[in-house]
Amino acid sequence: MTRLENGSVKPRLILDPTSEREPAIRQRLPRPAQLRGLKVGLLDISKARGDVFLDRVDERLQEAGATVLRFSKPTFTKPAPLDLRQEIASKCDAVIEALAD
Amino acid sequence: MRASRRIVYSGDMSPPTRPPLPRGLVAFVKRDCPTCVLVAPVLRRLAEAGDLTVYTQDDPSFPEEGMALDDTSLEISWHHDIEAVPTLLRVDDSGEEEQRVLGWHREEWEQLSGVEKLGRGAAGEDELPDQRPGCGSLSVDPVLAPDLAVRFGASALAARRIELSVLEDEIEALFDRGFTDGLPVVPPTERRVLAMLEGTTRDPSEVVATVAPDLVECTVEKVAINAVMAGCRPEYLPVVLAAVEAVCTDEFNIHGVLATTMPVGPVVVVNGPIRRTLGMNAAINALGQGNRPNLTIGRAVQLVVRNVGGGRPGEVDRATFGNPGKLSFCFPEDEENSPWQPLSADFGAEPGVDCVTVFAGEGPRNIVDQLSREPESLARSFAVNLRTLHHPKALLGFDCMLVVSPEHSRVFAEAGWSKRQLTDRLHELLMIDGDEVVRGAGGIAEGFPEGMSGKRLPKFRPEGLRIVRCGGGAGLFSAMIGGWASGPMGSQPVMREIRP
Repeated sequence: MTRLENGSVKPRLILDPTSEREPAIRQRLPRPAQLRGLKVGLLDISKARGDVFLDRVDERLQEAGATVLRFSKPTFTKPAPLDLRQEIASKCDAVIEALAD
Repeated sequence: MRASRRIVYSGDMSPPTRPPLPRGLVAFVKRDCPTCVLVAPVLRRLAEAGDLTVYTQDDPSFPEEGMALDDTSLEISWHHDIEAVPTLLRVDDSGEEEQRVLGWHREEWEQLSGVEKLGRGAAGEDELPDQRPGCGSLSVDPVLAPDLAVRFGASALAARRIELSVLEDEIEALFDRGFTDGLPVVPPTERRVLAMLEGTTRDPSEVVATVAPDLVECTVEKVAINAVMAGCRPEYLPVVLAAVEAVCTDEFNIHGVLATTMPVGPVVVVNGPIRRTLGMNAAINALGQGNRPNLTIGRAVQLVVRNVGGGRPGEVDRATFGNPGKLSFCFPEDEENSPWQPLSADFGAEPGVDCVTVFAGEGPRNIVDQLSREPESLARSFAVNLRTLHHPKALLGFDCMLVVSPEHSRVFAEAGWSKRQLTDRLHELLMIDGDEVVRGAGGIAEGFPEGMSGKRLPKFRPEGLRIVRCGGGAGLFSAMIGGWASGPMGSQPVMREIRP
């Protein structure tokens, strides 16, 4: 990153190495086709009443045939620790992260 | 490698910002150049005599106040390929350059300008020497040139720009976008790609090949971008371009090579003087790690297939195992010490011409024979090993590249065996009894239908065994690189000449 004389930041550009058939911005993963049989992680970031919201999401997902796994961050003030992220990635097909307040 | 210092734009590629030159005489100078200072009186005379435009690169008041146009941005100098100062040009009415002289040279300046007695006093006495070389143009100063190339030349690059966000680490950003083969890549900035394109005389917009599986037309520029990412130096680019061309032929069939469940990828063999020019390694560990051109050329080819062609593992690439050589598998033949003609010559190239040959191969497998000193014994050793390629019962389906080491090739050289002789003998030794390869033979279900019983069949098709010579000086070993489905139904090795 280069800071210009007027204080603005010069953008860092790279050249697209691909066939440019996909948009340049990073794409979201495709949505799961259905909930039935899906393993869904619910990540409570440990803010007040996040659990209330997630309990209800849990009920709805189970009604739709998904398997729900619950996780929580030790504290909302920091990013989820690596081992928690790895655990979620290895056990779940999808994850819902809940904010609250 | 090339005469011009920057990309030659052709046709539509001419950047619209290229400034035209005024008609008449045009001179480029800088005050810092003693020859320019020397010719200042000559420039005054030419200005009096007619149309003269002077561009000054460092001091707008040179040769004198109000006489010169300011090219301290070096835009005019850069766009018009000024390599030295003073340079005198004659430009026709349509703005085309007709002639140029570098440095001071009385006769040439007089001829170009049509003005006589330049640099002579009223009595005809010499005020200037007949000639004096100039200095380097600031527009080719090694410190300034890369930035000038980006400032004035990047608009000629057609690839989409991807802006990285402030918080992104650039190496991580390339991983996140799926552009890498699993190892870090060099970020392909405009500056690096422009420098890479210096390695070829080919136009950035020239289409090199149509790359499967997505069947996308791939330009020199796209190959250059991926070559930057692979870690190539600009002088490697012609090899990468030739290998991409070879891989993207119907004969090589990269689509099939990707889509197969077998563990093959492009194996790139380089022949010709360029091996030494680039410093490629044909000796100790020739098929292994540690040499930049060996590793990065092969990697660049695979990155083109991945990024431009869309050939990614788990998508069209369905390999059960793959092999580490699918990151990069490129090596040169040791032609200088080989008793045999180079591999490229087996495909019709003149020895001494730079060529690549691509072969769809798996990883190399070692053949150990430390006792054979007679060619017949060593050929038999090779044959029993080659017999096992993919499966001892597999016949005719797969080609093989046999890499013979210096110590093994010496056994054949001392006995006067040519490459043809060795190949023919291996084919003879590899005629297999059908009874050994039918289903159930040896208690193994795999095999040919019962009808093969009583027949004799070759292990390889006639052109299915290719011999290359390289490797370290010590080690009574050779290596075999198994191929994929051979012939027109699968993949055939393809040779291409390397063009600058």
